[in-house]
Amino acid sequence: MSLLSVENLNVSIHGTQILRDVTLSVEAGQIVGVIGESGSGKSMTALAIMQLLPEGAQAEGRVALSGHEMLELEEGALCGLRGNEVGMVFQEPMTALNPIQTIGRQVAETIRIHENVSRREAIERAREALRRCELPEERFPLSRYPHELSGGQRQRVVIAMAIALQPKLLIADEPTTALDVTTQAEVLRLLKRLAREDGMGLLLITHDLAVVADMADEIVIMRKGEVVESGASPAIFETMRHPYSLALLEASDHQPARSEHVLEAPLLSVRNVVRDYALPRAGLFGGAKHFRAVKGVSFDIRRGESLGLVGESGCGKSTLTRAILGLEEVQGGEILLDGEPVFSGKRPNRAVRRKMHVVFQDPYGSFNPRWKVGRLVAEPFHLLDDPPVGGAREMAIISALEKVGLSAADADKYIHEFSGGQRQRIAIARALIIKPELIILDEAVSALDVSIRAQILDLLADLGARFGLTYLFISHDLSVVRNVTDRCLVMQAGEIVEEGATADVFERPKHAYTRELIAAVPQLPKKRSA
Amino acid sequence: MLRFVAKRLISLIISLVVASIVIFLFVEVVPGDPAAYMLGLNAQEDTLAALREQLGLNGTLLERYASWVGGMLRGDFGTSYTYRTPVSEMIGERMWISLPLAIYALTLSTLIAFPAGIWAASKRGSLADILVMGFTQLGVAIPNFWFAMLMVLVFAINLRWFSAGGFAGWDAGFGPAMKSLTLPAIALALPQASILARVMRSSLLDTLGEDYIRTARAKGLSRRQALWRHALRNALIPVLTIIGLQFSFLMAGAIIIENVFFLPGLGRLVFQSIAARDLIVVESVVMLLVFAVIVVNFLVDVAYAVVDPRLRVRA
Amino acid sequence: MNRSLIIGAALSAVFVIAALVSFVWTPYDVLGLDIPNKLKEPSAAHWLGTDHFGRDIFSMIMVGARTSIAVAVVAVGIGMLLGVPLGLAAAARTGTLLDEVIMRGNDLVFAFPSLLIAIMITAVFGASALNAIIAIGIFNIPVFARLVRGAALSLWTRDYVLAARVSGKGVARISFEHILPNVTNLLIVQGTIQFSLGILAEAGLSYVGLGAQPPTPSWGRMLAESQTMFSFKPHLAIFPGLAILLTVLGLNLLGDGLRDWLDPRLRRAKR
Repeated sequence: MSLLSVENLNVSIHGTQILRDVTLSVEAGQIVGVIGESGSGKSMTALAIMQLLPEGAQAEGRVALSGHEMLELEEGALCGLRGNEVGMVFQEPMTALNPIQTIGRQVAETIRIHENVSRREAIERAREALRRCELPEERFPLSRYPHELSGGQRQRVVIAMAIALQPKLLIADEPTTALDVTTQAEVLRLLKRLAREDGMGLLLITHDLAVVADMADEIVIMRKGEVVESGASPAIFETMRHPYSLALLEASDHQPARSEHVLEAPLLSVRNVVRDYALPRAGLFGGAKHFRAVKGVSFDIRRGESLGLVGESGCGKSTLTRAILGLEEVQGGEILLDGEPVFSGKRPNRAVRRKMHVVFQDPYGSFNPRWKVGRLVAEPFHLLDDPPVGGAREMAIISALEKVGLSAADADKYIHEFSGGQRQRIAIARALIIKPELIILDEAVSALDVSIRAQILDLLADLGARFGLTYLFISHDLSVVRNVTDRCLVMQAGEIVEEGATADVFERPKHAYTRELIAAVPQLPKKRSA
Repeated sequence: MLRFVAKRLISLIISLVVASIVIFLFVEVVPGDPAAYMLGLNAQEDTLAALREQLGLNGTLLERYASWVGGMLRGDFGTSYTYRTPVSEMIGERMWISLPLAIYALTLSTLIAFPAGIWAASKRGSLADILVMGFTQLGVAIPNFWFAMLMVLVFAINLRWFSAGGFAGWDAGFGPAMKSLTLPAIALALPQASILARVMRSSLLDTLGEDYIRTARAKGLSRRQALWRHALRNALIPVLTIIGLQFSFLMAGAIIIENVFFLPGLGRLVFQSIAARDLIVVESVVMLLVFAVIVVNFLVDVAYAVVDPRLRVRA
Repeated sequence: MNRSLIIGAALSAVFVIAALVSFVWTPYDVLGLDIPNKLKEPSAAHWLGTDHFGRDIFSMIMVGARTSIAVAVVAVGIGMLLGVPLGLAAAARTGTLLDEVIMRGNDLVFAFPSLLIAIMITAVFGASALNAIIAIGIFNIPVFARLVRGAALSLWTRDYVLAARVSGKGVARISFEHILPNVTNLLIVQGTIQFSLGILAEAGLSYVGLGAQPPTPSWGRMLAESQTMFSFKPHLAIFPGLAILLTVLGLNLLGDGLRDWLDPRLRRAKR
């Protein structure tokens, strides 16, 4: 008998069907990966197993967890199972913990809910659970509060809470999506180790095919509430047949067709740039302290090139980006675009700034919800001394929209009428409208589903070739950077630690940090021969 | 934690100083010559001079301010022109009516509002919730002094459970004194309790939607346990702000409501003084009330830090 | 459109209309005394009865509505006109001296409830409706400043603001083009709430004699004048109080309804 058996699970919320005939199983000690893009119903499946579905949800079918029929149990019995027989870890570690309780107390609570033990014993076992999750007491006293820990550390606390009673099944819903690449690798390794040590079944839910390729024994692919294909890993990568699975696999490692059109002359020159931040004053009488976010960075971007900039959070890449865009002054060094400095004296140089623009990460926060698309796209005209008006302006807006695959009619709509992928297209149109030479893509595809991401990367490659654009491609996602850039830079703690042709950096990394980063990236199995 | 309290204490002192400057400038500088203002247009020159001397108006602005503040710190609030008594005596007796009334009302308000708000939030959408929301909707709209008049009509005049007004005096004992303050306190408390209950409810509903509540349920806590052990304390944080603000409204309300119950508190004193143009009394009473509000806000800030450990660390 | 919105709007409208109509017509003249008819209970001739001077209470309530509404509206106007720019400026230049000064200023004004401000103003300048407006208005300023500052701070972190800065726009322009339009919903709701609070505040001030002076009728003063007689003629106190209650209730329901109506639209816009 399987540890977990889900059979023909149907879930609807307020009448809308969310899950349709979902069937999967997990054996003791087995790692099952559930893959899907947004809207696939993968998180709902997890919630259904725990019976933590939102209000108004109706579930039918069968969910059997080590003999318990989850869909038929009373809430009281379910409370007895949660945390005890089955544990769950969620996506957002920054908000998953009660901010005003110590970590020791929160982990100990799992134990005290289910077992009648003294407070002292519960704390003792909590200490042990935290140690197993790589948070030893010497460095992480149990009296710490969540805000004193990083994202990766908080996620480890959540895992400790979930495994404190050594449940038979652990469900992890996108546990590493919000974490850096290296932290992600560590947390995944931790989960795998815990599963093996305790003979625990692990149901790992993610949108990243590469993550499960590394870890899972069995893969289940979901789309729009249905299971599309499933099978043992890594065999499934050879045998998958469903068109969606194949499309997903292709998109996960998509290489847009790019043409070489790089000139030798540098377009952007960054020379010894230093950027300091003033820290908030310690008190009324403390002197202002400074934090050096960028420590003397130098590089060039050649005309027509696509340069990648990778680094984890806190490395200084956002600060560098803002300095390049002329949003913030630098404390040392200079930035030249086409030979002209971005800052002259204390003011940014408009004539220079109009030669570059940016596309941001969040398709939902990038636009003022009260403006129509036409007005949004035309905003960069503010940089021109003589912006087009009337008919000429209309033409420019329509032209920009059409270049990104949208239509003239879209200019009159509001942004909420568009999907994430379409919004990124509009963001690209906004960046293009002043015909810049350099476009900075600041994690521009990181928030998109894999299949949409592939489309946008194709669009960018096409536009780059047609208009001779130069790209600075900033990302934490190394697998994407590998496929779309000519050269790349690796940044750590405010410095560039490695620089070179993309293929070289990925195949023959020189710096220890680069090697660590690349080793941490989950790999899809090698592409099967055509 | 100690550093936090020290910082807040400094903030409190600065606020008091600035507030006192504002009051001083307004009351002693804006009317031009306070002596002429108090005595009226027909005053004789020598009477004016005598009053100016008595009020200490002959120094520079800084001297006058310093002597005023110095006096207050010693407990000397000057002498009322109208009554010829030291203001500190007049305020002394009456303060012990207005202040306890405000605190009594704050206590009642909290005792009623918290359970009501928590109950409504935990049973969201049910009849209990609708009832609480309905009552509080009325409660926030009712003028407290009108409500007081209605209560006098019902409880004092018709039912004769309470007297219609007057204050028994602290000498008569704690019980009788509090009884005279009960109807006024209830009248003050009910509208504020309505506001507080709504804030408690909405804060708790917000907290119940947070991720860590989901984590708590995944550990095996029931809905009820998650609410009491995790949501409630977090929900208190925004509620504390409101309580601080409420105190200032309650003090103002206490002053107004004294009229309905013929209580010899600060209200009667200050309104008579306004009519009599006795600026010294007005100045002192306003300063005292502002002082009370600032101190209460300081206590609320400290309470914040007790509840929320994130505030104690000044990174 | 939800129930709260409709009922609230209707209830508030009743009093607004009563106030407007009172400029051209009231059942009786509120300035004329009619001693023989004093202290009459509600009847066909006098729908809500008469007061101790024989004045028709219904008419007085209509005219009193003018005072309450005028004071509350202008006070909200003062609060918004001064508070909103302060809040926007503080958020735009957060962390600087300007922000500190504005925040401390807010805290200072919050220490003075409008009653205290009214006491100070009337002690020096005498009591009048104008002084009531100023006292209530001054207290409204930090309310709006704080609200706008809070909302604006979170909007400044949005990417579309960053995009506007990349497009070369300055802080003032961004505050006006991007921040302000996205806080108007909050302002509408808070404005309605402050309006209702203003009515309560005006009533309280008039009750203790610090608001509109005779012969301008005001609901609060009607209650004060009924003080000695209402134990045997309750109608004197019940109707003015009811007028206050219903107006404030109507405005509160309107505010709640607006909040619910505007919010989902905004939320849909964000998806």
